[in-house]
Amino acid sequence: MEAAAAAVLPSGSSQELHVLAVDDSYVDRKVIEKLLKISSCKVTAVESGARALQFLGLDGEKGSLGFDGLKVNLIMTDYSMPGMTGYELLKKIKRSSAFREIPVVIMSSENILTRIDSCLEEGAEEFLVKPVKLSDVRRLMKDCVLRGETEGNAGRRFDKRKFEDDNHNHTPSLSSSSSSTPSPPSSPSTTAPFEGDVATSELVSSSPPYSSKRAKLHGHD
Amino acid sequence: MDLVQLQRQLVEYRTSLYHEGFLDEQYTQLQELQDENNPDFVVEVVSLFFEDSERLLNELTKALEQQSIDFKRVDAHVHQLKGSSSSIGAQRVQKVCIAFRNYCEEQNVEGCLKCLQQVRHEYSLVKTKLESMFQLEQQILSAGGSIPM
Repeated sequence: MEAAAAAVLPSGSSQELHVLAVDDSYVDRKVIEKLLKISSCKVTAVESGARALQFLGLDGEKGSLGFDGLKVNLIMTDYSMPGMTGYELLKKIKRSSAFREIPVVIMSSENILTRIDSCLEEGAEEFLVKPVKLSDVRRLMKDCVLRGETEGNAGRRFDKRKFEDDNHNHTPSLSSSSSSTPSPPSSPSTTAPFEGDVATSELVSSSPPYSSKRAKLHGHD
Repeated sequence: MDLVQLQRQLVEYRTSLYHEGFLDEQYTQLQELQDENNPDFVVEVVSLFFEDSERLLNELTKALEQQSIDFKRVDAHVHQLKGSSSSIGAQRVQKVCIAFRNYCEEQNVEGCLKCLQQVRHEYSLVKTKLESMFQLEQQILSAGGSIPM
């Protein structure tokens, strides 16, 4: 399975990932936007959890279509934000039937174990320690692709999560993934431009398979 | 000064900034993100950092002038400053912020005031140095040269 910053549909056509980035810092929004664009993603950057929910139309019936009709494939949110924290946003998303399948990544400048634990328990895919680097984003893209390429794992995730939770309670120290996980070398940064329609495919939003990274985080091998 | 000399001067200057701890590898990361599609990326991000920092420093000054200091508020501002300085690689500013937050936690007014002074100082230093570096880069570009990495 090739690492690339695009979700590949079974038909062979590619689709750009649309990432919703949430951060109250102007500087960080600009940087994350660039990191994602350079990784060939479409980016929508908003300054708060409230704005993120608004964009998702969480109160409406639109599913995960934003205002411009683009499905959101990944949400990256800062943890410490005034008003709604990234953790609260994560919970809201994971408790919504329309959006719970969208992977959520938490970013934080603070590498606090209990914080990491709670985010992962609430269903965050990953916890990145800031400042976020290109290598972190590339690794995320790879995981999103793996997730997008496997269909029919819908039922399995919840079982896996239960399994994880049971084991999670017994795992010793957990460090942030960006510093401890030895990731395989990422693919070259030059990614092919994407053609094809931005279809509202169900594929990318299908339930993610058990992430091997998660296994690493939980100390399994 | 000719182009080659300018380029050499830039490399030396930039190296010294890393060496003296003004900048860290996050700044390098930003440079790596800059490309032909967005040739002013670094300057833009750094400008945002300047604006943001000035706002935060003003807020900090006000907050610490209060009769009854709201340390949570002070800490929130320092946290933001720490975050943005870290995001652009302004290491010395970030380091003072760490000490500053400790004083906030201890509710130590003297410590906070001292840190405010220090962080203002470090900020003004890095701002001056970055601006000088951007100026040098601009001179090189205007002379038809490219910025050495």
